[in-house]
Amino acid sequence: MKLGVLFSGGKDSSYAAYLASQNNELVCLITIHSKNLYSYMFHTPSISKTKLQAEVMNLPLIEVNTKGEKEIELNDLKDAIIDAKKKYKIEGIVTGAVESVYQASRIQKICDDLGLEVFNPLWQKNQIELLNDLIKNKFEVIIVAVAAEGFDTSWLGRKIDVNMIEELVKLNKKYGINPAFEGGEAESFVLNCPLFKKKLKVVNKRIIDDRIEVELE
Amino acid sequence: MILVISVCKEKLHELEFVKPIIDIVKNCKIVHYSNLKKSDLENAEKVIICGTSLKDNEFLKHLDKFSWLKTFDKPVLGICAGMQIIGLVFGGKLMKKKEIGYFKENLKGFFGLNEVEVYHLHGNYVEFTKEFKVYNKGIPQAISYGNIYGVLFHPEVRQKDLIKNFIKN
Repeated sequence: MKLGVLFSGGKDSSYAAYLASQNNELVCLITIHSKNLYSYMFHTPSISKTKLQAEVMNLPLIEVNTKGEKEIELNDLKDAIIDAKKKYKIEGIVTGAVESVYQASRIQKICDDLGLEVFNPLWQKNQIELLNDLIKNKFEVIIVAVAAEGFDTSWLGRKIDVNMIEELVKLNKKYGINPAFEGGEAESFVLNCPLFKKKLKVVNKRIIDDRIEVELE
Repeated sequence: MILVISVCKEKLHELEFVKPIIDIVKNCKIVHYSNLKKSDLENAEKVIICGTSLKDNEFLKHLDKFSWLKTFDKPVLGICAGMQIIGLVFGGKLMKKKEIGYFKENLKGFFGLNEVEVYHLHGNYVEFTKEFKVYNKGIPQAISYGNIYGVLFHPEVRQKDLIKNFIKN
């Protein structure tokens, strides 16, 4: 099946894309640039870097801007999916949704209107299992934003590894944070994974408040 | 041993509709209905028939693969598509009704559930024949007949205990 991926550049949409690629053909990535940092639908940090990820995946990228107003932003998402359907003949959409019924049900409705299948291969997945799967499958993922108690700027730029998972388990026990950041506790960015033909390298980084701006090559 | 039956046409959908059930059940055998053997049913203590995607109605063409339900005497739980299969095998009527997202339902004590918010993802439901008990008002969301149970919603999202209780009881 020809699939388009709703792609934020983070660990979940990248791993979902990887799982979907096992038995299907990925034909494009779709990125929504939201001006609303607190959008319920779309992740924002580092999303401007998805172009580079699409290049190393040899996949076309559909980019759409949205003001990120609740519910109205769904029309912008729908337009992007319509574009993907026209240009790349997608038959379905892949998302990295894990627990958010808010996101998942809205995407289901849009795709249903457009006659497209929806695939959420990480749906209800155990958070620690998800993080371990990333390591097992050689995903190189860094933290690019933090937004919860227990996280400080020392986390920015760190790679997700076995030690970090242990720390996240402890933070989960202490503060109840979601170890895979499903509640927006932190945002991640994928530098390398089996879908990439070439690894992305951080050549410069700058911490701005609770985010990190990275320059890549 | 719990037997978990997949009805997904697409392998990728099993990660979404079967794996969450396996994660709750833990020790189980997983089989796609097209590969179901008599011995799988003989060795099973209980059976769960999972759901599938909104657009996937392939299982409706293969209801003959589920005729064993009529004589099977061990507990069965059908989830969404699984519930529709149970209803249709017993002579129910397939109806169209699309519901996506959280909905409030009163299940009047079904597996201890009363007023709950459930996750719906279905385009069809079944009007059940009279021998089935329907627990709620409106389109059937929770049913039983002997030790056959069915839910139209997806308990793996918000009512994981329902699945745990089905396994325990």
